[in-house]
Amino acid sequence: MFSRDTWREIFDTLNKNKLRTFLSGFTVALGILIFVGLVGMTNGLQNTFEYYFSRDATNILYLQPGRTSRPYKGYKSQRRIEFENEDLKDIKENFSIFIDYVSPMIRRGALVKYREESNNYTTIGADWGQQFAENTIMMKGRFINQEDVKNKTRNAVIGRLVEQDLFGNMNAMGKYIDVGGSVFKVVGVFQDEGGDREERQIFIPYTTRQLIEKNTDKIDLIVVGFRPEIGYTGAMALQRNLNKYLKDKKFISPEDQKGIFIRNVAEELERNQAFARVLAIIAAFVAFGTIIAGIIGISNIMVYVVKERTKEIGIRKAIGATPRNVISNILLESIFITTLSGFSGMIAGIALLSSLGDKLMDDYFILNPGIDTGLAISATIVLILFGSIAGYVPAKRAAQIKPIVALNEE
Amino acid sequence: MIEIKNLHKSYKMGSNALHVLKGIDFSVKEGELVAIMGSSGSGKSTLLNILGMLDVADEGEYNLDGMPIKNLNETKAANYRNKFLGFIFQSFNLINYKTALENVALPLYYQGMNRKKRQEKALKYLEQVGLKEWSHHLPSELSGGQKQRVAIARAMVTEPKVLLADELTGALDSKTSYEVMDLIQQINDKGNTILVVTHENDIAHMCKRIVYLRDGVIVKDEKVKQVRAKEYVQ
Repeated sequence: MFSRDTWREIFDTLNKNKLRTFLSGFTVALGILIFVGLVGMTNGLQNTFEYYFSRDATNILYLQPGRTSRPYKGYKSQRRIEFENEDLKDIKENFSIFIDYVSPMIRRGALVKYREESNNYTTIGADWGQQFAENTIMMKGRFINQEDVKNKTRNAVIGRLVEQDLFGNMNAMGKYIDVGGSVFKVVGVFQDEGGDREERQIFIPYTTRQLIEKNTDKIDLIVVGFRPEIGYTGAMALQRNLNKYLKDKKFISPEDQKGIFIRNVAEELERNQAFARVLAIIAAFVAFGTIIAGIIGISNIMVYVVKERTKEIGIRKAIGATPRNVISNILLESIFITTLSGFSGMIAGIALLSSLGDKLMDDYFILNPGIDTGLAISATIVLILFGSIAGYVPAKRAAQIKPIVALNEE
Repeated sequence: MIEIKNLHKSYKMGSNALHVLKGIDFSVKEGELVAIMGSSGSGKSTLLNILGMLDVADEGEYNLDGMPIKNLNETKAANYRNKFLGFIFQSFNLINYKTALENVALPLYYQGMNRKKRQEKALKYLEQVGLKEWSHHLPSELSGGQKQRVAIARAMVTEPKVLLADELTGALDSKTSYEVMDLIQQINDKGNTILVVTHENDIAHMCKRIVYLRDGVIVKDEKVKQVRAKEYVQ
């Protein structure tokens, strides 16, 4: 059955029926190509989600003060809520079992100068906790530490691109820069996978920022880093309790939706992952449909091929082909074409995906699209298998037709 | 070589059964050239199909070279056809995408002969029918007479015990018909047993014996003086 002669006979037949060979091969190759492409693109989309969320820690709640929308306990509505240093301490004390760190943020734009070079950057008044929240990686020196916060030092930690902009090829460490009229000493340079914007930030101790601003104790934003082991449900519970605690503390009505805003990164991540999952399910559905369409396509072609060859089969049987000869010839032909074209389609698809890389990142949010090789091979094998089954049924029927009937077929 | 006794065959046509062969007794000795004559519907093609194991009889005995032909499954029938019989059809039945040589070599492929050997042998038989120069042409590039000669070479290539020809000149003009019959006579002269089904009188008289069939029974079986086709071929 697998002798060289059998294969030569099969190649001969395929070679001399080029259109037929091409059509069946094309159907299979296209089916697999679309399947690989679709699955790859979906994976690319998921990569993008992961890319955006992996740059910052996800075990974080952002607390942001707002403006009340209804009167409560003698306070009028439209009252501006503010956080103070004392709030940091209270949150830390009341929720200590859930919380890793509580970190303040005071964000200000500032003109920053070093000798002749100057530029506008975002400065963030922060403490040491911010390094975890932002997933900041130190390239040189250190981050803001407890001493800085306690002594309100004029130390600054600058982003990689700030150093590049202001210092060129020079080392910024130990140099003094002018941040909005105050002089700071550079004690560290960081990089961040979050992109250019995050590498153009400057961290200073939040207490120093408060000192510059007339020794206030106001805070823009509180970042709460909770223990990862409390999980998603724990985070949601913490969020509810923090909301209740702060509303109570700041005299905000429990029904007031605008007094305090809590942004939960974990929740956002969860939401986006759910979206990505739904997308993956839809894509899997479509990809599955593509394979089914491919199977139907190759089946139709096989039925047509066998029908077209009925007379030829009759001739072959009259001169001595056994039913087994007939079936194995048709089947091997079909398996050969589907295998060859299936794997070419698969390789073409994988090559296409890997050539894309991050080219589709900006317009279509698709990053490094790719497919698990095992999945691609399985899909190809499924198509080959079903193509063969689809070929076997009509081939068997054709092999059982009496040669005399097949010969009379015109 | 061929011996049949009390052969019956009927076809179901809806609720009616059409009794085509109604008890045929008939034998052919080695080296004979027999014409089976009859009008259409006389059962001559059915008889040939049964002799060729392309169809099975409902009743009766069939011995080919002393070997009883019965209870054949498809595979066995295919092997017997390949080994013992050569077919020549009215419509040639060549495989259109294969060259003359490949068509002739195909029965040998099913015998499991290796490629080189079967091509050599096929070429030898093509030479015998005078088509050596045409061996690499497709059937579509050949005339009707040439196609039939390729078909004859294909039937001969396995050196069968019996050649069965079904209206082999039916699709040819008379000049070409005589050329083909000349070839058949030459093959018969070498001792091959040949059965020719025809409804043409002149073709039948180029055989050595004519069996007349009417309504499923043999009405006449006579030896005739063979007309040599060569006389008509220039």
